[in-house]
Amino acid sequence: MAVELPDNVVVTKLDELASWCRKNSLWPMPFATACCGIELMATGASRHDLARFGAEVMRFSPRQCDLMIVAGRVVMKMLPVLQRIWQQMHEPKWCISMGACASTGGVFDTYCVVQGIDRFIPVDMYVPGCPPRPEQLIQSIIDLQDMIQREGTISGQEFETSERNRPKRALLELPMYGEFRNPQSAISH
Amino acid sequence: MPATPQTLDALKARFGELPTSEFRGDTRVVVGKERLLELMGFLKSAGFDLLVDVTCVDYLNYRGATDRFGLVYLLANTITSERLTVRCYVNESGLRVPSLVPLWSGANWLEREVYDMFGVAFDGHPDLRRILLPEEFTAFPLRKDYPLQGRGERHNFPVLLRSQA
Repeated sequence: MAVELPDNVVVTKLDELASWCRKNSLWPMPFATACCGIELMATGASRHDLARFGAEVMRFSPRQCDLMIVAGRVVMKMLPVLQRIWQQMHEPKWCISMGACASTGGVFDTYCVVQGIDRFIPVDMYVPGCPPRPEQLIQSIIDLQDMIQREGTISGQEFETSERNRPKRALLELPMYGEFRNPQSAISH
Repeated sequence: MPATPQTLDALKARFGELPTSEFRGDTRVVVGKERLLELMGFLKSAGFDLLVDVTCVDYLNYRGATDRFGLVYLLANTITSERLTVRCYVNESGLRVPSLVPLWSGANWLEREVYDMFGVAFDGHPDLRRILLPEEFTAFPLRKDYPLQGRGERHNFPVLLRSQA
């Protein structure tokens, strides 16, 4: 059954329209704990201008945000704060792990630095670098926008798939020099 | 500026012969923990009005060391810019030293940090809690027998999944 449409009418799926709206108005929550935060500020400032991608409205209240950018190392005292802020954000929400420290602990392989936030909260994009250039962060936001357009739904069903629920990395401690630690004991300690 | 001979003479007259040394313009006096508070009170009344820092060194496996921990008190006289380092050695059997908070209020957080990192208890401290690490932390991480990467404390957290948040 053909329907005559005027030229100024576009037909799309509601899903794709919702995803398109979401991806072009990301509201970042800057969780900036270290020098990556400076690059994050530069990304939001006029020279690199995150506003071109609709993500310039940084809010310091997690209730108003849908994109958490973890910029910097997270220590064990900060991790419960990070988890609480993540839980306070509304669905749909995404997380960018910015820089080497947030993604892996970086050079700070010490007793108090969490070796990658993806052990404890879900992460969608990793940005390498120490710290990453603003261009790299912008590229990760562009990639995230592609991802949102690809997999977003209006019912939020995508968050219940087993793929999304899987922890990004096994909770394995890195081997210490000279001895291997049992991963189970590291978790239950 | 190193401690003047007058200061050292006054110390000698009051406390007898204390091990004293000078290295690159810094004078160091070693005192037992029994006389630490008395000596610090004396130095404060003698003009050393500023407690610059309180810190600690772990001498485990250190060449030639006889005691486990060495407390370091850095004092300064803000009028004459005279400086003096007071050392006090303690061992694991008696890890208690008198607190200097009655003399300098600024010792409060400095001593809490030493307690946090080395486990040295300060008698008479008004609020001896951990200052940097979480309250539930049980180890003292700057001790030499504590592994650099910890004992799994950094990964002892619940894992949040996508569906839980």
